[in-house]
Amino acid sequence: MAQSFQFDLVSPERRLAEMEATEVQIPGSDGDMTAMADHAPTITTLRPGLLAVTHGGGTDEFVVVGGFAEIGGGVTVLAEQAMPRAEVTQEVFDALLGEARKAEENAADVDEAAKAVADVIAVGERLGLAARG
Amino acid sequence: MPSLKDLKNRIESVKSTRKITKAMQMVAAAKLRRAQDAAEMSRPYSERFTAVMAGLARAVGDSEGAPKLLAGTGSDQVQLLIVMTAERGLCGGFNSNIAKLARVRGQELLAAGKTVKVLTVGKKGRDALKRDFGDNFIGHVDMTEIKRVGYEDARRIAQDVLSRFDGEEFDVATIFFSRFESVVSQIPTAQQIIPAAFEAGEDEGTSTLYDYEPSEEAILADLLPRGVATAIFSALLENGASEQGARMSAMDNATRNAGDMIDRLTIEFNRSRQAVITNELIEIISGAEAL
Repeated sequence: MAQSFQFDLVSPERRLAEMEATEVQIPGSDGDMTAMADHAPTITTLRPGLLAVTHGGGTDEFVVVGGFAEIGGGVTVLAEQAMPRAEVTQEVFDALLGEARKAEENAADVDEAAKAVADVIAVGERLGLAARG
Repeated sequence: MPSLKDLKNRIESVKSTRKITKAMQMVAAAKLRRAQDAAEMSRPYSERFTAVMAGLARAVGDSEGAPKLLAGTGSDQVQLLIVMTAERGLCGGFNSNIAKLARVRGQELLAAGKTVKVLTVGKKGRDALKRDFGDNFIGHVDMTEIKRVGYEDARRIAQDVLSRFDGEEFDVATIFFSRFESVVSQIPTAQQIIPAAFEAGEDEGTSTLYDYEPSEEAILADLLPRGVATAIFSALLENGASEQGARMSAMDNATRNAGDMIDRLTIEFNRSRQAVITNELIEIISGAEAL
Protein backbone atom coordinates (compact mmCIF):
# COMPACT_ATOMS: atom_id res chain seq x y z
CA MET A 1 0.00 0.00 0.00
CA ALA A 2 1.45 3.27 -1.08
CA GLN A 3 2.03 5.93 1.53
CA SER A 4 -0.73 8.46 1.75
CA PHE A 5 -0.59 12.21 2.25
CA GLN A 6 -2.99 15.09 2.77
CA PHE A 7 -4.60 16.45 -0.37
CA ASP A 8 -6.65 19.65 -0.58
CA LEU A 9 -8.34 21.14 -3.58
CA VAL A 10 -9.81 24.58 -3.06
CA SER A 11 -11.28 27.16 -5.37
CA PRO A 12 -12.09 30.71 -4.28
CA GLU A 13 -15.72 29.78 -3.77
CA ARG A 14 -15.51 26.39 -2.10
CA ARG A 15 -13.37 23.55 -0.86
CA LEU A 16 -13.80 20.68 -3.28
CA ALA A 17 -11.72 17.99 -1.74
CA GLU A 18 -9.94 17.33 1.48
CA MET A 19 -8.70 13.76 1.81
CA GLU A 20 -5.88 11.33 2.28
CA ALA A 21 -4.54 10.55 -1.17
CA THR A 22 -1.82 8.30 -2.45
CA GLU A 23 -1.29 9.87 -5.83
CA VAL A 24 -2.24 13.15 -7.49
CA GLN A 25 -1.85 13.88 -11.18
CA ILE A 26 -1.44 17.59 -11.70
CA PRO A 27 -1.73 19.37 -15.06
CA GLY A 28 1.21 21.75 -14.58
CA SER A 29 1.83 24.48 -17.10
CA ASP A 30 5.17 22.93 -18.02
CA GLY A 31 3.68 19.45 -18.25
CA ASP A 32 1.81 16.91 -16.22
CA MET A 33 3.31 15.65 -13.02
CA THR A 34 2.28 13.01 -10.56
CA ALA A 35 2.86 13.75 -6.92
CA MET A 36 3.21 10.92 -4.45
CA ALA A 37 4.22 10.97 -0.82
CA ASP A 38 7.60 12.60 -0.14
CA HIS A 39 7.66 14.41 -3.45
CA ALA A 40 10.23 17.20 -3.52
CA PRO A 41 8.63 20.52 -2.46
CA THR A 42 7.41 22.17 -5.64
CA ILE A 43 5.16 24.98 -6.67
CA THR A 44 3.77 24.89 -10.16
CA THR A 45 1.16 26.88 -12.00
CA LEU A 46 -1.69 25.02 -13.66
CA ARG A 47 -2.88 24.86 -17.21
CA PRO A 48 -6.50 24.00 -17.94
CA GLY A 49 -6.68 20.25 -17.50
CA LEU A 50 -7.79 17.21 -15.60
CA LEU A 51 -6.57 16.64 -12.10
CA ALA A 52 -6.78 13.04 -10.93
CA VAL A 53 -6.61 12.04 -7.29
CA THR A 54 -6.05 8.43 -6.33
CA HIS A 55 -7.05 7.49 -2.83
CA GLY A 56 -8.14 4.43 -0.90
CA GLY A 57 -11.59 4.44 -2.46
CA GLY A 58 -10.56 4.87 -6.10
CA THR A 59 -9.82 7.86 -8.30
CA ASP A 60 -11.58 11.21 -8.41
CA GLU A 61 -11.19 13.56 -11.32
CA PHE A 62 -11.58 17.30 -11.38
CA VAL A 63 -11.41 19.86 -14.14
CA VAL A 64 -9.21 22.77 -13.09
CA VAL A 65 -8.50 26.08 -14.80
CA GLY A 66 -5.84 28.49 -13.64
CA GLY A 67 -4.15 28.73 -10.27
CA PHE A 68 -1.32 26.70 -8.83
CA ALA A 69 -0.39 23.59 -6.91
CA GLU A 70 1.84 23.49 -3.89
CA ILE A 71 3.55 20.24 -3.08
CA GLY A 72 5.07 20.26 0.35
CA GLY A 73 4.17 18.02 3.25
CA GLY A 74 0.91 17.43 1.43
CA VAL A 75 -0.51 18.64 -1.82
CA THR A 76 -2.62 21.78 -1.97
CA VAL A 77 -4.16 22.78 -5.25
CA LEU A 78 -5.53 26.31 -5.47
CA ALA A 79 -7.47 26.46 -8.69
CA GLU A 80 -9.18 29.58 -9.90
CA GLN A 81 -11.94 27.42 -11.27
CA ALA A 82 -12.40 23.81 -10.28
CA MET A 83 -15.25 21.35 -10.54
CA PRO A 84 -15.73 17.63 -10.25
CA ARG A 85 -15.70 15.86 -13.58
CA ALA A 86 -19.36 14.95 -13.26
CA GLU A 87 -20.34 18.61 -13.07
CA VAL A 88 -18.72 19.44 -16.38
CA THR A 89 -21.58 19.14 -18.81
CA GLN A 90 -21.55 20.30 -22.39
CA GLU A 91 -22.91 23.70 -21.29
CA VAL A 92 -20.21 24.20 -18.68
CA PHE A 93 -17.59 23.15 -21.15
CA ASP A 94 -18.94 25.53 -23.79
CA ALA A 95 -18.72 28.34 -21.25
CA LEU A 96 -15.12 27.46 -20.40
CA LEU A 97 -14.17 27.32 -24.03
CA GLY A 98 -15.97 30.55 -24.80
CA GLU A 99 -14.07 32.25 -22.01
CA ALA A 100 -10.72 30.96 -23.25
CA ARG A 101 -11.53 32.11 -26.78
CA LYS A 102 -12.55 35.52 -25.55
CA ALA A 103 -9.32 35.79 -23.59
CA GLU A 104 -7.48 34.87 -26.78
CA GLU A 105 -9.00 37.79 -28.62
CA ASN A 106 -7.71 40.39 -26.16
CA ALA A 107 -4.54 38.59 -25.17
CA ALA A 108 -1.17 40.27 -25.29
CA ASP A 109 0.61 36.92 -25.54
CA VAL A 110 -1.11 35.21 -28.45
CA ASP A 111 0.82 31.96 -28.16
CA GLU A 112 -0.06 31.47 -24.55
CA ALA A 113 -3.74 32.24 -25.05
CA ALA A 114 -3.90 29.90 -28.03
CA LYS A 115 -2.37 27.18 -25.88
CA ALA A 116 -4.99 27.78 -23.21
CA VAL A 117 -7.72 27.32 -25.81
CA ALA A 118 -6.05 24.14 -27.05
CA ASP A 119 -5.79 22.90 -23.46
CA VAL A 120 -9.49 23.44 -22.88
CA ILE A 121 -10.32 21.59 -26.12
CA ALA A 122 -8.05 18.75 -25.01
CA VAL A 123 -9.93 18.53 -21.71
CA GLY A 124 -13.14 18.29 -23.70
CA GLU A 125 -11.78 15.47 -25.78
CA ARG A 126 -10.83 13.52 -22.70
CA LEU A 127 -14.31 14.01 -21.30
CA GLY A 128 -15.95 13.14 -24.60
CA LEU A 129 -17.30 16.65 -25.14
CA ALA A 130 -17.02 18.26 -28.52
CA ALA A 131 -15.81 21.79 -29.08
CA ARG A 132 -18.60 23.67 -30.78
CA GLY A 133 -18.55 26.94 -32.66
CA MET B 1 -52.72 67.56 22.91
CA PRO B 2 -53.39 65.07 20.11
CA SER B 3 -56.86 63.67 19.86
CA LEU B 4 -57.63 60.02 20.62
CA LYS B 5 -58.00 59.27 16.94
CA ASP B 6 -54.58 60.78 16.15
CA LEU B 7 -52.96 58.68 18.84
CA LYS B 8 -54.65 55.56 17.59
CA ASN B 9 -53.43 56.26 14.06
CA ARG B 10 -49.90 56.81 15.28
CA ILE B 11 -49.89 53.57 17.24
CA GLU B 12 -51.12 51.71 14.19
CA SER B 13 -48.46 53.23 11.97
CA VAL B 14 -45.65 52.47 14.42
CA LYS B 15 -46.96 48.94 14.69
CA SER B 16 -46.73 48.42 10.95
CA THR B 17 -43.25 49.95 10.93
CA ARG B 18 -42.27 47.45 13.59
CA LYS B 19 -43.59 44.65 11.43
CA ILE B 20 -41.47 45.82 8.53
CA THR B 21 -38.27 46.21 10.54
CA LYS B 22 -38.86 42.84 12.16
CA ALA B 23 -39.24 41.25 8.76
CA MET B 24 -36.12 42.98 7.48
CA GLN B 25 -34.21 41.78 10.47
CA MET B 26 -35.21 38.20 9.82
CA VAL B 27 -34.38 38.44 6.14
CA ALA B 28 -30.99 39.92 7.04
CA ALA B 29 -30.38 37.10 9.52
CA ALA B 30 -31.05 34.49 6.86
CA LYS B 31 -28.87 36.31 4.33
CA LEU B 32 -26.17 36.78 6.92
CA ARG B 33 -25.82 33.05 7.36
CA ARG B 34 -25.41 32.56 3.66
CA ALA B 35 -22.96 35.42 3.39
CA GLN B 36 -20.98 34.18 6.37
CA ASP B 37 -20.79 30.69 4.90
CA ALA B 38 -19.57 32.11 1.62
CA ALA B 39 -16.94 34.19 3.40
CA GLU B 40 -15.75 31.18 5.35
CA MET B 41 -15.63 28.97 2.27
CA SER B 42 -13.33 31.43 0.56
CA ARG B 43 -10.93 31.73 3.46
CA PRO B 44 -8.82 28.59 2.91
CA TYR B 45 -8.15 29.71 -0.64
CA SER B 46 -7.16 33.25 0.14
CA GLU B 47 -5.08 32.24 3.15
CA ARG B 48 -3.04 29.64 1.27
CA PHE B 49 -2.80 31.95 -1.67
CA THR B 50 -1.42 34.78 0.41
CA ALA B 51 1.02 32.47 2.18
CA VAL B 52 2.47 31.16 -1.07
CA MET B 53 2.56 34.64 -2.58
CA ALA B 54 4.34 36.00 0.44
CA GLY B 55 6.95 33.27 0.15
CA LEU B 56 7.40 34.00 -3.53
CA ALA B 57 7.53 37.71 -2.97
CA ARG B 58 10.32 37.25 -0.46
CA ALA B 59 12.24 35.16 -2.94
CA VAL B 60 11.85 37.52 -5.87
CA GLY B 61 10.91 40.78 -4.23
CA ASP B 62 14.19 42.63 -4.22
CA SER B 63 15.51 41.55 -7.57
CA GLU B 64 15.67 44.01 -10.44
CA GLY B 65 13.06 42.48 -12.69
CA ALA B 66 10.35 42.17 -10.06
CA PRO B 67 6.92 42.69 -11.62
CA LYS B 68 5.38 46.12 -11.21
CA LEU B 69 2.38 44.68 -9.41
CA LEU B 70 4.72 43.70 -6.62
CA ALA B 71 7.43 46.33 -6.69
CA GLY B 72 5.21 49.24 -7.65
CA THR B 73 5.86 51.84 -10.30
CA GLY B 74 8.42 53.61 -8.18
CA SER B 75 6.04 56.43 -7.44
CA ASP B 76 2.98 56.96 -5.30
CA GLN B 77 1.74 60.10 -6.96
CA VAL B 78 -1.55 58.82 -8.32
CA GLN B 79 -3.65 56.95 -5.79
CA LEU B 80 -6.66 54.87 -6.67
CA LEU B 81 -9.23 54.35 -3.94
CA ILE B 82 -11.59 51.47 -4.56
CA VAL B 83 -14.54 52.02 -2.27
CA MET B 84 -16.75 49.02 -1.78
CA THR B 85 -20.13 49.55 -0.19
CA ALA B 86 -23.61 48.11 -0.35
CA GLU B 87 -26.24 48.83 -2.95
CA ARG B 88 -28.85 49.47 -0.31
CA GLY B 89 -29.13 51.43 2.87
CA LEU B 90 -30.92 50.76 6.13
CA CYS B 91 -27.94 48.97 7.54
CA GLY B 92 -26.79 51.25 10.32
CA GLY B 93 -23.42 52.89 9.94
CA PHE B 94 -22.14 50.30 7.51
CA ASN B 95 -21.97 52.41 4.37
CA SER B 96 -21.11 55.67 6.06
CA ASN B 97 -18.25 54.12 8.05
CA ILE B 98 -16.58 52.87 4.90
CA ALA B 99 -17.21 56.15 3.13
CA LYS B 100 -15.82 58.07 6.08
CA LEU B 101 -12.62 56.05 6.13
CA ALA B 102 -12.19 56.57 2.40
CA ARG B 103 -12.98 60.27 2.68
CA VAL B 104 -10.42 60.83 5.43
CA ARG B 105 -7.78 58.96 3.47
CA GLY B 106 -8.65 60.82 0.30
CA GLN B 107 -8.38 64.18 1.99
CA GLU B 108 -5.05 63.26 3.55
CA LEU B 109 -3.72 62.29 0.16
CA LEU B 110 -5.02 65.44 -1.46
CA ALA B 111 -3.45 67.52 1.29
CA ALA B 112 -0.15 65.74 0.62
CA GLY B 113 -0.40 66.85 -3.00
CA LYS B 114 -1.25 63.47 -4.49
CA THR B 115 -3.72 62.84 -7.24
CA VAL B 116 -6.70 60.87 -6.03
CA LYS B 117 -8.90 58.73 -8.24
CA VAL B 118 -11.95 56.97 -6.93
CA LEU B 119 -13.57 53.80 -8.19
CA THR B 120 -16.78 52.92 -6.43
CA VAL B 121 -18.34 49.51 -6.11
CA GLY B 122 -21.90 49.75 -4.87
CA LYS B 123 -24.20 52.72 -5.15
CA LYS B 124 -24.18 53.93 -1.56
CA GLY B 125 -20.48 54.72 -1.50
CA ARG B 126 -20.85 56.67 -4.69
CA ASP B 127 -23.65 58.76 -3.25
CA ALA B 128 -21.72 59.40 -0.05
CA LEU B 129 -18.54 60.50 -1.77
CA LYS B 130 -20.07 62.41 -4.65
CA ARG B 131 -19.89 65.75 -2.89
CA ASP B 132 -16.24 65.57 -1.86
CA PHE B 133 -14.75 63.54 -4.67
CA GLY B 134 -17.26 63.91 -7.48
CA ASP B 135 -14.55 65.14 -9.86
CA ASN B 136 -12.22 62.28 -8.95
CA PHE B 137 -14.56 59.45 -9.92
CA ILE B 138 -13.13 57.34 -12.68
CA GLY B 139 -15.65 54.56 -12.66
CA HIS B 140 -18.42 52.73 -10.94
CA VAL B 141 -19.27 49.07 -10.67
CA ASP B 142 -22.94 48.36 -10.32
CA MET B 143 -23.77 45.39 -8.15
CA THR B 144 -27.55 45.81 -8.11
CA GLU B 145 -28.12 42.88 -10.40
CA ILE B 146 -25.87 40.55 -8.48
CA LYS B 147 -27.71 38.53 -5.90
CA ARG B 148 -24.86 36.35 -4.88
CA VAL B 149 -21.30 37.51 -5.28
CA GLY B 150 -19.22 35.07 -7.29
CA TYR B 151 -15.54 34.95 -8.09
CA GLU B 152 -16.45 36.02 -11.62
CA ASP B 153 -17.64 39.40 -10.34
CA ALA B 154 -14.40 39.93 -8.47
CA ARG B 155 -12.45 38.99 -11.54
CA ARG B 156 -14.31 41.50 -13.66
CA ILE B 157 -13.48 44.27 -11.23
CA ALA B 158 -9.88 43.10 -11.03
CA GLN B 159 -9.57 43.11 -14.80
CA ASP B 160 -10.85 46.64 -14.95
CA VAL B 161 -8.39 47.73 -12.26
CA LEU B 162 -5.48 45.88 -13.85
CA SER B 163 -6.10 47.32 -17.29
CA ARG B 164 -6.09 50.79 -15.76
CA PHE B 165 -2.84 49.92 -14.02
CA ASP B 166 -1.33 48.73 -17.28
CA GLY B 167 -2.52 51.97 -18.84
CA GLU B 168 -0.53 53.75 -16.11
CA GLU B 169 -3.58 55.49 -14.78
CA PHE B 170 -2.47 55.09 -11.18
CA ASP B 171 0.46 53.97 -9.03
CA VAL B 172 -1.12 52.67 -5.85
CA ALA B 173 -4.51 51.05 -5.34
CA THR B 174 -6.23 50.62 -2.01
CA ILE B 175 -9.52 48.88 -1.36
CA PHE B 176 -11.93 50.06 1.31
CA PHE B 177 -14.35 47.57 2.76
CA SER B 178 -15.72 46.38 6.04
CA ARG B 179 -14.18 43.39 7.75
CA PHE B 180 -16.72 41.13 9.38
CA GLU B 181 -15.88 40.49 13.02
CA SER B 182 -19.29 39.65 14.40
CA VAL B 183 -22.91 40.67 14.03
CA VAL B 184 -22.36 43.70 16.22
CA SER B 185 -18.91 44.63 15.04
CA GLN B 186 -17.76 45.34 11.51
CA ILE B 187 -14.47 47.08 11.07
CA PRO B 188 -13.97 49.45 8.15
CA THR B 189 -10.64 48.49 6.65
CA ALA B 190 -8.26 49.85 4.07
CA GLN B 191 -6.04 47.36 2.28
CA GLN B 192 -3.42 48.14 -0.31
CA ILE B 193 -3.63 45.72 -3.22
CA ILE B 194 -1.34 47.29 -5.81
CA PRO B 195 1.57 47.04 -5.31
CA ALA B 196 0.86 43.90 -3.37
CA ALA B 197 1.72 44.25 0.28
CA PHE B 198 2.40 41.22 2.41
CA GLU B 199 2.74 41.20 6.09
CA ALA B 200 6.11 39.90 7.08
CA GLY B 201 4.56 37.26 9.25
CA GLU B 202 5.72 33.78 10.11
CA ASP B 203 8.67 32.72 8.10
CA GLU B 204 7.42 29.38 6.91
CA GLY B 205 8.76 30.09 3.45
CA THR B 206 12.34 29.84 4.56
CA SER B 207 11.96 26.43 6.17
CA THR B 208 10.94 24.74 2.92
CA LEU B 209 12.82 25.35 -0.27
CA TYR B 210 10.47 24.87 -3.17
CA ASP B 211 11.22 23.97 -6.74
CA TYR B 212 9.37 26.35 -8.97
CA GLU B 213 7.94 25.28 -12.25
CA PRO B 214 8.12 27.39 -14.36
CA SER B 215 10.48 29.96 -12.83
CA GLU B 216 9.66 32.01 -9.74
CA GLU B 217 9.28 35.13 -11.86
CA ALA B 218 6.88 33.46 -14.27
CA ILE B 219 4.75 32.06 -11.45
CA LEU B 220 4.68 35.42 -9.77
CA ALA B 221 3.70 37.16 -12.99
CA ASP B 222 0.89 34.64 -13.36
CA LEU B 223 -0.27 34.81 -9.77
CA LEU B 224 -0.11 38.53 -9.00
CA PRO B 225 -3.12 39.48 -11.17
CA ARG B 226 -5.00 36.57 -9.61
CA GLY B 227 -3.98 37.90 -6.22
CA VAL B 228 -5.72 41.18 -6.99
CA ALA B 229 -8.88 39.28 -7.90
CA THR B 230 -8.59 37.14 -4.78
CA ALA B 231 -8.19 40.19 -2.54
CA ILE B 232 -11.19 41.87 -4.14
CA PHE B 233 -13.22 38.70 -3.88
CA SER B 234 -12.59 38.23 -0.18
CA ALA B 235 -13.26 41.92 0.40
CA LEU B 236 -16.58 41.60 -1.41
CA LEU B 237 -17.53 38.60 0.69
CA GLU B 238 -16.48 40.23 3.95
CA ASN B 239 -18.48 43.24 2.88
CA GLY B 240 -21.51 41.10 2.11
CA ALA B 241 -21.43 39.48 5.54
CA SER B 242 -20.80 42.84 7.23
CA GLU B 243 -23.68 44.48 5.41
CA GLN B 244 -26.14 41.83 6.51
CA GLY B 245 -24.77 41.83 10.05
CA ALA B 246 -25.04 45.60 10.26
CA ARG B 247 -28.53 45.55 8.82
CA MET B 248 -29.56 42.85 11.23
CA SER B 249 -28.46 44.75 14.31
CA ALA B 250 -29.80 48.05 12.93
CA MET B 251 -33.18 46.47 12.31
CA ASP B 252 -33.11 44.78 15.69
CA ASN B 253 -32.61 48.20 17.28
CA ALA B 254 -35.33 49.70 15.15
CA THR B 255 -37.73 46.95 16.15
CA ARG B 256 -36.95 47.50 19.80
CA ASN B 257 -37.36 51.26 19.48
CA ALA B 258 -40.68 50.78 17.75
CA GLY B 259 -41.78 48.54 20.63
CA ASP B 260 -40.80 51.21 23.17
CA MET B 261 -42.62 53.84 21.19
CA ILE B 262 -45.76 51.73 21.02
CA ASP B 263 -45.64 51.28 24.80
CA ARG B 264 -45.28 55.03 25.33
CA LEU B 265 -48.02 55.89 22.90
CA THR B 266 -50.34 53.29 24.41
CA ILE B 267 -49.87 54.79 27.87
CA GLU B 268 -50.55 58.24 26.48
CA PHE B 269 -53.59 56.93 24.64
CA ASN B 270 -55.00 55.31 27.81
CA ARG B 271 -54.40 58.44 29.83
CA SER B 272 -56.14 60.63 27.25
CA ARG B 273 -59.04 58.23 27.09
CA GLN B 274 -59.30 58.26 30.89
CA ALA B 275 -59.16 62.06 30.86
CA VAL B 276 -62.03 62.19 28.39
CA ILE B 277 -64.11 59.81 30.52
CA THR B 278 -63.35 61.79 33.68
CA ASN B 279 -64.30 64.97 31.90
CA GLU B 280 -67.64 63.57 30.80
CA LEU B 281 -68.36 62.28 34.31
CA ILE B 282 -67.61 65.70 35.80
CA GLU B 283 -69.90 67.31 33.31
CA ILE B 284 -72.75 64.89 34.10
CA ILE B 285 -72.29 65.22 37.87
CA SER B 286 -72.05 68.99 37.88
CA GLY B 287 -75.06 69.11 35.57
CA ALA B 288 -77.02 66.91 38.01
CA GLU B 289 -75.91 69.05 40.98
CA ALA B 290 -77.07 72.21 39.32
CA LEU B 291 -80.64 70.95 39.19
